[in-house]
Amino acid sequence: MTNTLQTPGVAQARPELAASAARPSRWRRALKQPKTLAGRVILAGVLVLFALLFLYPFAWLLAASLKPRGEVFDNALIPKTFLPGNYVEVWNQLPLLSWMFNSVAIALLAATTVAVMSSIVAFGFAYFRFPGRGLLFGLVLATMMLPGAVTMIPIYLIWKETGLLGTWVPLWGMNLFGSAFYIFLQRQFFLGVPRELFEAARLDGCSAWGLFWRIAMPLSIPSFIIVFLFEFQASWNNLQAALIYLNAGSVEEFTAPLGIAYAMTKYSPSAGGQGDYQYVMVASLLVTLPMLIIFAFGQRYFVEGVATQGRKG
Amino acid sequence: MKRGVPRQKVKYNRREALAGYLFISPWVLGFLIFTAGAMIYSLVISFSSYNLATGAARPVGTSNYAQLFEDPRVAVSLGNTLFYAVMAVPLEIAFALILALLLSRVGRGAGVFRTLYYLPKMTPAVATAAVFFLLLNGNSGAVNQALGAIGIQGPQWLVDPAWVKPSIVIMALWTVSGTMVIFLAAIKNVPVDLYEVAQIDGAGPVRRFFSITLPMISGAMFFNVIVLTIAAFQVFDQAYLLFWRDQSNASPEASLFYAIYLFQQAFRQFNFGFAAAMAWLLFVIILLITLVQVRLGNRFVYYEGDR
Repeated sequence: MTNTLQTPGVAQARPELAASAARPSRWRRALKQPKTLAGRVILAGVLVLFALLFLYPFAWLLAASLKPRGEVFDNALIPKTFLPGNYVEVWNQLPLLSWMFNSVAIALLAATTVAVMSSIVAFGFAYFRFPGRGLLFGLVLATMMLPGAVTMIPIYLIWKETGLLGTWVPLWGMNLFGSAFYIFLQRQFFLGVPRELFEAARLDGCSAWGLFWRIAMPLSIPSFIIVFLFEFQASWNNLQAALIYLNAGSVEEFTAPLGIAYAMTKYSPSAGGQGDYQYVMVASLLVTLPMLIIFAFGQRYFVEGVATQGRKG
Repeated sequence: MKRGVPRQKVKYNRREALAGYLFISPWVLGFLIFTAGAMIYSLVISFSSYNLATGAARPVGTSNYAQLFEDPRVAVSLGNTLFYAVMAVPLEIAFALILALLLSRVGRGAGVFRTLYYLPKMTPAVATAAVFFLLLNGNSGAVNQALGAIGIQGPQWLVDPAWVKPSIVIMALWTVSGTMVIFLAAIKNVPVDLYEVAQIDGAGPVRRFFSITLPMISGAMFFNVIVLTIAAFQVFDQAYLLFWRDQSNASPEASLFYAIYLFQQAFRQFNFGFAAAMAWLLFVIILLITLVQVRLGNRFVYYEGDR
């Protein structure tokens, strides 16, 4: 299955396969690139045009965040009145620090637990042979198809019955049981590790847990990072759960997405605000920034992870 | 799907099997409580009138399901969602495919463009919605200003019922790069010799796309269509932030998506019984659509080798 080769971890574990996969791509490039200069210029032009389209909202956001209220809608990308003070004032206007802290803490809890627990479960499915394994793994895959709406209400009631409403637990607690897509991803990685590696360790007296913790886990760091980053992002963006579980609490207890929703209403003229959208833009920028920083460092993990998604079909 | 062991009569080692069960036990426990248990609970609730204060569920037979047909807002929200999906999914697929095809033809620098194109995907939905809320402002937003510059009178995007759904489609297109990356990975996996042979046979670029690229990436196409359709049926964040975060919604009819109405019924009105029935209807609809897509897919999708 040549497809698995693009997972970075597998390439590291089996470099000979990765190398053989890398060679044809150079050939392909030589073949498919436009041959004429005009062709290349047109291609580059189109790509730059799309890049500008994708980047424009960021530029607009940055510009608007530095403008006074009256100039937000002048749509100039360089503010006529340069007002970096917005970035100071926003801390007085909104409890941004609390929102960011809550979001970071919840995302760290969510990502750590789901990455560790999904790895454990995935190793169980990948390495050990037991009756019903195929059926159970089929169930894991099937749960990915279930719309969240179906279990949304019962899960709320479960948290209510256990007295955990109003805490952070509903926002990450289910991750203690692993999550289907991440189990799939980690299993796929573990299957690529040569079985002889584990057999040898077992002969040396390594326990089942040791096989996982001392051999499988260190090898799977790249795909572990994919899982961690994916879940961190998912948790960071999660508006609906925050609406369900935190909306009734005080504003300081909001997460960042819920905070942005709150800020949009607070400043919206239709809801009695003054139209101070420059503050909403500052807040939006600050909420986006951590994701862009993570992306700067972990880009290949995101791209690999998404590409792997496409191969599970 | 690749399996770890060949399908044959396996003699299980008891200790190994026990270790396996122990390793997967967290998922089994979670499945029993939060998936299987929750589904049964949800089904029970959908046949009950649930009182949140007392926690008592009074059985009401099928009246919640009957209400699905009586409440006109169910049909309206379903219609809106379907309309949105039919508009969004083909456009997302086409746009992502065009971007992937362009990127696949770049030698050096492809990584830079891919990074730039991927940035919107990293932006939290709330921030995307906040920016587009202002960009799409009907009177002085940047989009209408740009349209005005070329002589087009832009619509009242977020107010005019006819333009509510296109507004959300625009946001979906801005964040289409995840789909693009999946297409790109598939395109890069197409064996080069196929193109070489086709070129020798005199096939032009259009012919090569339809006869080689498209069939060879049909697996990724299939996956993207299904995932995007399921996502479109559950569209929530953008619609909530643009229209439903407070009472100021200017087009409550056109912007009522199924997931929004379900959420309102569940966590604003606390009509748990009715909301659970709505959730099951959504589940059945998504399941049926997916089954139809799988049926059609099996006819068109080409799987290479061992897949």
